[in-house]
Amino acid sequence: MLSRTADSLFWLGRYTERAANVARGLAVASRMAGLTAELNAEGDEWRSLLVAAGCEPAFFEKYDVVTQEAVIDFLVRDPDNPSGIIPCFAAARHNARTVRTALTVDMWSAMSDSWNHLRQIEPGDFQGEKLPGFLEWVRERVLLFNGAAMDTMLRGEAWLFVQLGTSLERADNTARLLDVKHELLESEADNTVAHGQWQAVLQSVSALRAYHWVFRDRLSPARIAELLILRPELPRSLAACYNRVCEVLDGIAMEQGGRRGDPHRMAGDIQARLKLSRIEDIMASGLHEYLTGMIVSAAELGQAVESFYIRP
Amino acid sequence: MTGQAFDEMGSGESLRAAYAAIADWLRQTPQADLMAKRAEAEVLFRRVGITFAVYGEGGDPERLIPFDIIPRILARAEWEGLSAGLTQRVRALNAFLGDVYGKQDIIRADKIPAHLIQGNDQFRPEMQGFSPPGGIYTHIAGIDLVRTAPDQFYVLEDNARTPSGVSYMLENREAMLRLFPRLLARHRIAPVNRYPEDLLTTLMAAAPERAGPNPTVVILTPGAFNSAYYEHCFLADEMGVEVLEGPDLFVEDKIVYMRTTAGKKRVDVIYRRIDDDYLDPEAFRADSMLGVPGLISAYRAGNVALCNAPGCGIADDKAIYPYVPEMIRFYLGEEPILANVPTLLCEREADRKEVLANIHKLVVKLAQGSGGYGMLIGPHATKAECEEFAARIRARPQDYIAQPTLALSTVPTLVDQGIAPRHVDLRPFVLSTKDAVRIVPGGLTRVALREGSLVVNSSQGGGTKDTWVLEADPAPQSQSQSQSQWQSSGSAGAC
Repeated sequence: MLSRTADSLFWLGRYTERAANVARGLAVASRMAGLTAELNAEGDEWRSLLVAAGCEPAFFEKYDVVTQEAVIDFLVRDPDNPSGIIPCFAAARHNARTVRTALTVDMWSAMSDSWNHLRQIEPGDFQGEKLPGFLEWVRERVLLFNGAAMDTMLRGEAWLFVQLGTSLERADNTARLLDVKHELLESEADNTVAHGQWQAVLQSVSALRAYHWVFRDRLSPARIAELLILRPELPRSLAACYNRVCEVLDGIAMEQGGRRGDPHRMAGDIQARLKLSRIEDIMASGLHEYLTGMIVSAAELGQAVESFYIRP
Repeated sequence: MTGQAFDEMGSGESLRAAYAAIADWLRQTPQADLMAKRAEAEVLFRRVGITFAVYGEGGDPERLIPFDIIPRILARAEWEGLSAGLTQRVRALNAFLGDVYGKQDIIRADKIPAHLIQGNDQFRPEMQGFSPPGGIYTHIAGIDLVRTAPDQFYVLEDNARTPSGVSYMLENREAMLRLFPRLLARHRIAPVNRYPEDLLTTLMAAAPERAGPNPTVVILTPGAFNSAYYEHCFLADEMGVEVLEGPDLFVEDKIVYMRTTAGKKRVDVIYRRIDDDYLDPEAFRADSMLGVPGLISAYRAGNVALCNAPGCGIADDKAIYPYVPEMIRFYLGEEPILANVPTLLCEREADRKEVLANIHKLVVKLAQGSGGYGMLIGPHATKAECEEFAARIRARPQDYIAQPTLALSTVPTLVDQGIAPRHVDLRPFVLSTKDAVRIVPGGLTRVALREGSLVVNSSQGGGTKDTWVLEADPAPQSQSQSQSQWQSSGSAGAC
């Protein structure tokens, strides 16, 4: 496959996943803000979201204080924020258009329809009462796109590169989200506020039900961390994401007659660490340090994919 | 203007047989339904992304070309005649290209003035003494036809370089099949959808012999900002080949490679949708970022095929156009089947006098213009505009040609006010290999949507229609005859 095509497909996967993740984060923050004042006592649910999305510094270049409306605008629409929902869709649509031929008609239609809707959207369509409906729509559009890929794409390199982008972005997002809440997860405080926050963490990765299915127990910080980091059966856990990344990289190597390099070695290393770790050890040596390490690894792996396949 | 033009559908007594079912349909369908279908078509085209990128002109950068839901129909016999004429014409154009870049017999035989070739911007000295595989230069040609009477078609223009629009031909049919399945089922329409397969066959046949039976074919596009980018991707998709931009390719030891995730891969045939000037900064324009350095040296070494060959512009130049009938006689020893529009060359003194005296009746065009820019339509121009063009012609007569304004035929078209006649032209696509000429039955019908306008270019507000070639012509009156038989045998009531 053309290197440029692989590049566009990889980023197409990343941008669509990122848009959905920002929408997930916003939905949870909005829900928290809508609960009691006590639950939202710190008022920093919105700020955490900026941190998780990796765009806190950019936000403060523009705004002095964190207000709900400003954060929503920044994360949904602001053209200066490349990680915002609409800019992500714009970038995904652009990538899709440059590799039009590598996509199926169903994927293209899903992307095109989303974009045609989004490019006409105004703040009144996603602020205030409209926010939850809008975010739900965004998540549905990404689910539709992913479903179209799942159901219609030839299982060749094009598919593999989209999956690589999606899985790596998802891994990165889960690590960032947990890291924002690491203090909360490391404290032993068990009160209404903490419980609500724990729920929020799980909800943002659609894993609240999954928690109950896996543990059949009350929420506890260590178990939340275990579910989101080490449990391969949760599709958004770090373990599941890196299993997928390795599987996809193996697939690409197979397409190329067994050609392997840095990305394979690095992804295999991360996968092994996730497989062999115990949550007790991770918590004991510091959740924040562990997650920071994971975020750095994801970035390095992204670089390695770039220099091995795309710009050698 | 529209009033005197030949109406391809006709009406009343003169309703033409090929259109009988369409006329019925139009009579029976309320206008609101037609309008609703038109809106549905727009949503469809927008969703598929069949757009025409127009950057730098303001407005929507991804513009839809308006699609008209009323088809244009050609009877079988009409098509047979056109098809034979197109085949003949393109064979002659290819023979001409081989000759001007070879021995130049046609010049020595005094059939074409030498200065029209030697002094022409479209003539590529780089191509002299080189023969592409199979001797084919213009593998894909688009020939623009207009019609003025039931039996009178004219070739308005040959497009021998990188003709576009074939994706609209195919997508228009898809849209019709989706919007009006029952209407199509009432006709037997020759399918057009084998075009991509024919195109791939044509491109593969152009490959250097070395490439073997399964050459690597790619499409080279200027990129997503090009107006025909959709088409480039569409064709790549339909053929299952890669669509590339210049930087995806590189040349090493006169061999062309593409950059892939698995390293470099050799390329054998390039269907290039980039103009000659931008193909290779080493051979042509040094400032171009679109092409591939060294491509022409690889081409001349016989290591890669370019479709169409560089230098094809000399065959579709408007100054050469008047000589195409002569080419047909000279190379094929046949009489031309398709007529040329009578053309005056302003560089000839007698022609120039005639043009200047009758400028208000003529269409004046730049010999090397395209896209409907830089032309004067005398009958529609003001006195000042005519005078301005006359001055230009006096200053640089060799740049201009003139033709009579033809009363282009009309086809009923759905406009905001209802159904009205609008002028059309037709661009069939002609594929050539050394052994065969292939034309799918049909082509792109372009329609001038503004009342009275003769300009069908998409860049000038034109739209498109689906073009139907009937598999078999309806026997005239056959339906009413069979009805009367039923009645005379007394069984009508049983139906």
